[in-house]
Amino acid sequence: MSIKELFKKKPKVDQHTMPSAKSKADVPEGIMTKCPECKHVILTKDLLKNDKVCPSCQHHYKMTAQERIDHLFDDNSFESMDDHLKTENPLDFPSYTEKVEADAKATGLNEAVLTGVGKIQGSQVAVAVMDAHFRMGSMGSVVGEKITRAVEKATELGIPMMIFSASGGARMQEGVISLMQMAKVSVALERHANKGLLYISIMTYPTTGGVSASFASVGDINLAEPKALIGFAGRRVIEQTVREKLPEDFQTAEFLLNHGQLDAVVHRNEMPEVMSKILKLHAQKGAVLV
Amino acid sequence: MSKTLAFEEPIVKLREKINELEEYTAVNDVDLSSEIVNLKNRLAKLETDIYESMEPWDRVQVARHPERPTTMDYINRLFEDFIEFHGDRNFGDDEAIIGGIASFEETPITIIGHQRGKDTKENVKRNFGMPHPEGYRKALRLMKQAEKFNRPIICFIDTKGAYPGKAAEERGQSEAIARNLVEMAGLKVPVISIVIGEGGSGGALALGVANHIHMLENSTYSVISPEGAASILWKDPSLAKQAAEAMKITAPDLKEMNIIDEIIPEVLGGAHRDANKQSLEIRSTLRSSLQTLCKLTSDELIDNRYTKFRNIGVFSE
Repeated sequence: MSIKELFKKKPKVDQHTMPSAKSKADVPEGIMTKCPECKHVILTKDLLKNDKVCPSCQHHYKMTAQERIDHLFDDNSFESMDDHLKTENPLDFPSYTEKVEADAKATGLNEAVLTGVGKIQGSQVAVAVMDAHFRMGSMGSVVGEKITRAVEKATELGIPMMIFSASGGARMQEGVISLMQMAKVSVALERHANKGLLYISIMTYPTTGGVSASFASVGDINLAEPKALIGFAGRRVIEQTVREKLPEDFQTAEFLLNHGQLDAVVHRNEMPEVMSKILKLHAQKGAVLV
Repeated sequence: MSKTLAFEEPIVKLREKINELEEYTAVNDVDLSSEIVNLKNRLAKLETDIYESMEPWDRVQVARHPERPTTMDYINRLFEDFIEFHGDRNFGDDEAIIGGIASFEETPITIIGHQRGKDTKENVKRNFGMPHPEGYRKALRLMKQAEKFNRPIICFIDTKGAYPGKAAEERGQSEAIARNLVEMAGLKVPVISIVIGEGGSGGALALGVANHIHMLENSTYSVISPEGAASILWKDPSLAKQAAEAMKITAPDLKEMNIIDEIIPEVLGGAHRDANKQSLEIRSTLRSSLQTLCKLTSDELIDNRYTKFRNIGVFSE
């Protein structure tokens, strides 16, 4: 090293300790969990026991697809489908494949939806559970294909279909192919409906864009979890377009309920019971009273 | 003179030069006719070169040309006895979508299409061709009416997208679009959709669950605008040109991906150059589409639509 270099101004090195990505994640980590809404601190195992709902403010934490299945379905009754489907990179977007692979590794899912057939308190039902931890739950070819196959399975078996939506909308990296998945699931749902079969849509945080504007909104029964964000266009886009302040509860489940867009908002603790009731009421058709 | 687009500038410059020379020879006693002929030949070649090697971004510009023919322009040129029907019977009449009945070469049909304006005043009235839920519900009402009377349905797609507004959300923009997708799947009559300008996302698809989907050569069909894609993917809306390429939104792109059936050729320079001539191209595609689809039974039409959308997707097993 020359003498000159010794006196050169060195770039400042940032010495702050940054919180790790792990500690920032909203999934419960460690022994205690702090509610992002009311800051209530709770033992993580108690939070899980309460279906990931804050006992203080009733904030519904995001659930993984597997947690949702465990929460609703009878033990060992759920059999998953199409876990082998693999996402391709149809538009050759740089680093798309890597991103999908990283999320697959992190979530243990092949894509942003888990599908299959199982039983809720004895009633058989086909289900698709979207997982917002995987690419924001966005819908590409595999998500569209898995949901379509699940709907087709329900049609074939003559059983109800349930879709738990949790999605930011279309998968940008798959372009117009992603858009067309909206139509693909819709044509399958139309066949299912045509057989007189029941479809229940449950919207969870978040259900927006192309998912909201297709299968999520056309259930025979549309339900949502409390405070779930549900909407077609993003809040910021709307604010820029209309140049007016939007109400605090805009695009929440409660807002949709007030505007006639939902059948009911169902607390997660009550979801298994509500589902079971609905399924039982649809198991038998026509009146039996004489 | 219609608005010049950036990629057309060399053509316009050359044309101006020719005009200058012609004016010059008219007033001065010099014979430049051979030069003029030369330049005119060069102009013809330049036009073919430029218009036949249009980049996706150039097509976006043509698709958005303010004078590009709208649904109404084609209705006037393609159909007889058009009667416009209004309203969704629930909330109101959305002028961003028009619809009605008419006849196409003796066949009664139902027409539905997004309707833009060509000037500010009309655009305000038409909400720039961006529908509210009642627009989609009017469309669905007219489709169900067509089904009852066994009329084929022709949809013209030309929208930047469904309107992103407070009232639209309150009245269920998502549900209105979603409902159309499902209901169109089950229609017992032939449905033909033609993208004539911009096919913007769900707001376009809500008139697009068809047996045949055609696109004008310079129209686009995409999940998001190039500007939107650029700002989401690269956080920079000025990269729209690159996004237009990357997102594969042009008619040739969609044809290659097997999403659309036919590309309808445009007159040189774009449909706005000659709406009459453009209508002839659309007419012949429409005629052959209808001939094919009218032979199918209701069940076959529904199956055909099912298979068409069922097969879209790229993945491996």
